[in-house]
Amino acid sequence: MSKTTEKIDRLAELTTRTTTASGGSLWTEALRRLRSSKMALVGGTVMALFIVIAIVGPWVAPYDPTAQTWRDEVFTNRGVFIGPRGDNWLGLDHLGRDMFSRMLVGARQTLLVGVVSTVLGFVVGALVGGLSGAALAFGGKAGQRLDTVLMRFIDMMLALPSLLLAVSVAAILGQSLTTVMIAVGVIQIPVFARLLRGSMLAQAGSDYVLAARALGVRRRRIVLAHVLPNSLGPVIVQTTLALATAIIEAAALSYLGLGNPDASQPEWGVMLSQAQRFFDAEPMMAVYPALGIIITALGFTLLGEAMREALDPKLRS
Amino acid sequence: MPLLTVDELTVTFAGRGGPDTTAVSGVSFTVDQGEVVGLVGESGCGKSVTSLALMGLLPAKGVTVGGTARYTGTGTDVDLLTLRRSALRDLRGTQLSMIFQDPLSSLNPVVPIGVQVTEILSRHRGLRGAAARKEAAALLDRVGIPDPTRRLKEYPHQLSGGMRQRALIAMAVACAPRLLIADEPTTALDVTIQAQILELLRELVDDQGTALLMITHDLGVVAGLCDRVNVLYAGKAVEAADRHRLFADPAHPYTHGLLGSIPRLDAPRGERLNPIRGSINDRIAWEDGCAFAPRCDFYTPQCLGGAPPLADRPADGAAAPPEGHLVRCVHPVHTTAEATEVSR
Repeated sequence: MSKTTEKIDRLAELTTRTTTASGGSLWTEALRRLRSSKMALVGGTVMALFIVIAIVGPWVAPYDPTAQTWRDEVFTNRGVFIGPRGDNWLGLDHLGRDMFSRMLVGARQTLLVGVVSTVLGFVVGALVGGLSGAALAFGGKAGQRLDTVLMRFIDMMLALPSLLLAVSVAAILGQSLTTVMIAVGVIQIPVFARLLRGSMLAQAGSDYVLAARALGVRRRRIVLAHVLPNSLGPVIVQTTLALATAIIEAAALSYLGLGNPDASQPEWGVMLSQAQRFFDAEPMMAVYPALGIIITALGFTLLGEAMREALDPKLRS
Repeated sequence: MPLLTVDELTVTFAGRGGPDTTAVSGVSFTVDQGEVVGLVGESGCGKSVTSLALMGLLPAKGVTVGGTARYTGTGTDVDLLTLRRSALRDLRGTQLSMIFQDPLSSLNPVVPIGVQVTEILSRHRGLRGAAARKEAAALLDRVGIPDPTRRLKEYPHQLSGGMRQRALIAMAVACAPRLLIADEPTTALDVTIQAQILELLRELVDDQGTALLMITHDLGVVAGLCDRVNVLYAGKAVEAADRHRLFADPAHPYTHGLLGSIPRLDAPRGERLNPIRGSINDRIAWEDGCAFAPRCDFYTPQCLGGAPPLADRPADGAAAPPEGHLVRCVHPVHTTAEATEVSR
């Protein structure tokens, strides 16, 4: 190959690269910036690790997480606990179960509670908020009334402390895994609803919506094709933040004794609440699940924060 | 019968706890088929509010609109100000269209240009799929965007300012509207692009017979484009004339001051600009007299006898009274002598 053709090839490569780098939609641009963010890298890695553990945990766990294999080595009344050792990397819990296996298997339940409750909060909240925002911005007098009714309801939910709300829901529905998910999901609803509504109202006042109206575009299309895609950015970021808080809220419910009563499925929040009784004798029993929750929540939060920055048009270069 | 006859248009915004604000108080003008009419005035004189009122785009709450705006483009005579909202929505885009000041914020940032153009075509002309895309490309081509098929796939931030405004114009004229309202379409653009956009608008007017209502504060734009000009001050028209007459012989002291304050390339070095005193906030209510009186060089106590009527310009000495030159002033300026002095 001659030098000239080599040069031409390199030039061609360069030009194609510049055309692809010249930018894309808001989302591809945001994705590009997300990839170059250290915060997103750390958050994403933690999240990916957590999800992998949640999926493969039960298969790679060295022991059965519910079997009280070393029951006769732990004496809670005498304060005899077993810390980390060769066979049990994170030691044993108060019933002689392997902590490491319980942590691995518990990740799945924790993730399930976090994801399902957040999805529930997101779907219902976005539905209420989107309807409310669209009605207020484009629905005339009737829309205003609908918005008022929906928002006063949301205000009522916001007026109750979130944990109290979750506790009430859990108390009404009775103890089960589903209850925990619903209770944690319900307290996310007002946040999502308020956020999407506010974001939509801000977009509804923008110039391109006025321009679309001046060109006679239908209201339904303005809401669905123009206002909604532009309003979703902050809501998506809120989703990652909500996942973190959902895990913590679920742990709090377990801690208060309103968690999933099914002992066959370990869950970090439940583990934490059980460890509290033995905190003075064996604090490490509480530290492991607490660390797991903190690191996961931190991962989600970091990713959410990075996404917020990537999606913020004011920070675009 | 003109295409659009605006009569005594009044727009009042309800004050929040304070007094109401009358942004437009009795503006009247007409727009003929294929005519370019200018609404000129400084910030806050009510020109943008006038355009939004005609399009029915003012907020429904807290705004009172009075007067009539008779539109004859549909064959029947309708009043745009009292038309049902759904009927007005059908007129927008097909009969009436509008171009806005800032082309970047007037385009949806997350939707490709192509989708934004085709949505107008599918809404008003029922075009779908490949046919719509082809027509959209043809439209972009017509407003002078090179390589239109590629541009259709791009997002607003990938286009230059002039290109964005061209795309907006393409959307506005997609359904060959009879009346196009342009609200300061060149303010956000640099001067060379301004000239190109104005030329494009002129072409569209000449080719399609579209009437253009040009809202601007730029007298250069008026001089280059408009057939007739209405000068607005504090919510009222203070002078109306055809372009040549207005520039040659401004009768209202405000118009006179505006023209006199334009910096000139041939002025001697170090010569100061010649602005109008005060600001638009130094005004009196029209009920009490001429709103411009506090800033006027020709002020006399006579000016405080209520709002002067918008009347034919009085005859100037021996010359016959000029036709269609209206002025709202107790003692209009007779420019002839001074004009030679001002323009040297």
